[in-house]
Amino acid sequence: MKNKFLITSLLSTVAVVGLLSFTTPGKKHITTHAATPASLKLPAGFKADVIAENLGTTRHIATTPQGDIYVKSNFNARRNKDAKGITVLHDNGDGTTTVKSKFGDFSGTGVYIKSGYLYASSDEEVFRYKLNDKNEVIDPTKPERIVTGLISRHEHEAKAILLDNAGNLYVNIGAYSNSCQEKDRQKGSMGQKGCPILDSAAGIWQFKADKPDQHYKDGVRYATGLRNVVGMDWNTELNQLFVMQHGRDQLHDIFPDMFTVQQSALLPAECLYAIKKGDNAGWPYIYYDQQQHKKILAPEYGGDGKKTGGENAIDPAVAFPGHLAPNGLLFYTGNQFPAKYKNGAFIAFHGSWNRAPEPQAGYFVVFQPFKDGKPFGDWEVFADNFAGSPENVASGHAEHRPCGLAQAADGSIYVTDDSKGFIYKITYKK
Amino acid sequence: MTVYFRSLLLMAFCFLTINSYAQKHKKIAAKKPAASLSASVAAGQKVYMQYCVSCHQVDGGGVQHMNPPLIKTTYVLGDKSKIIKIVLHGFSEDVDINGDSYSNTMPSFDMLKDQEIADVLTYVRNSFTNKASAVKVSEVTALRGKK
Repeated sequence: MKNKFLITSLLSTVAVVGLLSFTTPGKKHITTHAATPASLKLPAGFKADVIAENLGTTRHIATTPQGDIYVKSNFNARRNKDAKGITVLHDNGDGTTTVKSKFGDFSGTGVYIKSGYLYASSDEEVFRYKLNDKNEVIDPTKPERIVTGLISRHEHEAKAILLDNAGNLYVNIGAYSNSCQEKDRQKGSMGQKGCPILDSAAGIWQFKADKPDQHYKDGVRYATGLRNVVGMDWNTELNQLFVMQHGRDQLHDIFPDMFTVQQSALLPAECLYAIKKGDNAGWPYIYYDQQQHKKILAPEYGGDGKKTGGENAIDPAVAFPGHLAPNGLLFYTGNQFPAKYKNGAFIAFHGSWNRAPEPQAGYFVVFQPFKDGKPFGDWEVFADNFAGSPENVASGHAEHRPCGLAQAADGSIYVTDDSKGFIYKITYKK
Repeated sequence: MTVYFRSLLLMAFCFLTINSYAQKHKKIAAKKPAASLSASVAAGQKVYMQYCVSCHQVDGGGVQHMNPPLIKTTYVLGDKSKIIKIVLHGFSEDVDINGDSYSNTMPSFDMLKDQEIADVLTYVRNSFTNKASAVKVSEVTALRGKK
């Protein structure tokens, strides 16, 4: 895998046409990358370019009106002691992108800009950096720690973050479990009574945006019963939090007598939820079945694939097929794309693994139209072929895997790829 | 559809490879337990497709940053007692393999019979371009119940 990666990086480094590298005297090494056309499949009128590449495990992404792009990278801190977690790019607007700087000694997923601060998360903490009037980080060596001590136990450890317009920070704390079994992922193991994981994970926690060193006790469990959320966005039209849940895995592996391999590949749904304070989405007691359009009692808690449950749990706004792994959510508020995209949701699906031995799926960005704050009509695949071929999709050997989404100042959208560190820019031209 | 076809092809390929391997061995050393190796590999593949495939995938390649690959890794090809224990007790450590980290939880598979564990590990050690000695039932039996 490493070798393959090395060869690919070498090849692409050699092959990329127009990669200009220069050193400014007295300054750090700066590289400017000329955009190259990306082989994505898009609706008519759209085009995609690769504006940066080989930036590592690039996860979420935040933009400024001045054209700067902050990209959060995950890395293996045990092996890369000198790695940096945040890369600053500048979209020059002429088809070139400059890597301005790299900073931040922590790995992780989340990055968000609000009210003059850049927020970024590791798997246990949230930091912020003060920005100047050009939205540039003033001192990259001295972040302020806003939240600390969050649970991170090998499963669903990524902490997605965002802020609202009222001085609140929202942090996803994923469940350190698949379905809260007595023995995680073990065949036939039943669910823990009164699932204790819900006390400190499997939900969205709300903290103050400006108070340093907050712990769990300083925060509020804003929403619960969410197994794991990576993609989330603040809907400015409704002034409301929306999240995409990663649904549970392995119905067949754990309960082979109740679920076939084929059912297990498609179920349960990956759900988009509109969240209000105090909402419960039902994990681990129920899952949403997009074929029956029902909340179904989890087999770990006495379900059989048919019995319904979760009377107090909210229903999804949209239910997508299983295991596609939604990692990015973006409500489009720009003016560049055609009118139908306005206020609709783009969702980056990282792609499945839990469908094996059935064909894998995903590795695309979909669009869900919205009208008057409600989903309107069917979702459609917007950007496809990140995987490189249908065979790569089916086998799960995708070349690129879409993860983070952000809107550029000019109304284009950026998509990160956390497999090879590519950054895509998708634009519309009439 | 494609994956079905591919897995069929893969199975056919494995079968042929194992067959020809077995035949070769028969010619070279008639007493070698080649037939038992191929039987164990075939039985192990059934166990693999039932219990292992959803995480480790049809080709043993695993899943990036989540489920470890089983292709030419020291875990698979090295000290047998180590992988026998992983199957018996599960594994939930963050682990680095060839520079990448993997963090998903693997449950215990101690409900499998010693024979099934020996077979599936023999299959893994002799598939996905791996080639290593078989895991014997007695080796699993000796480790069961020991931490």
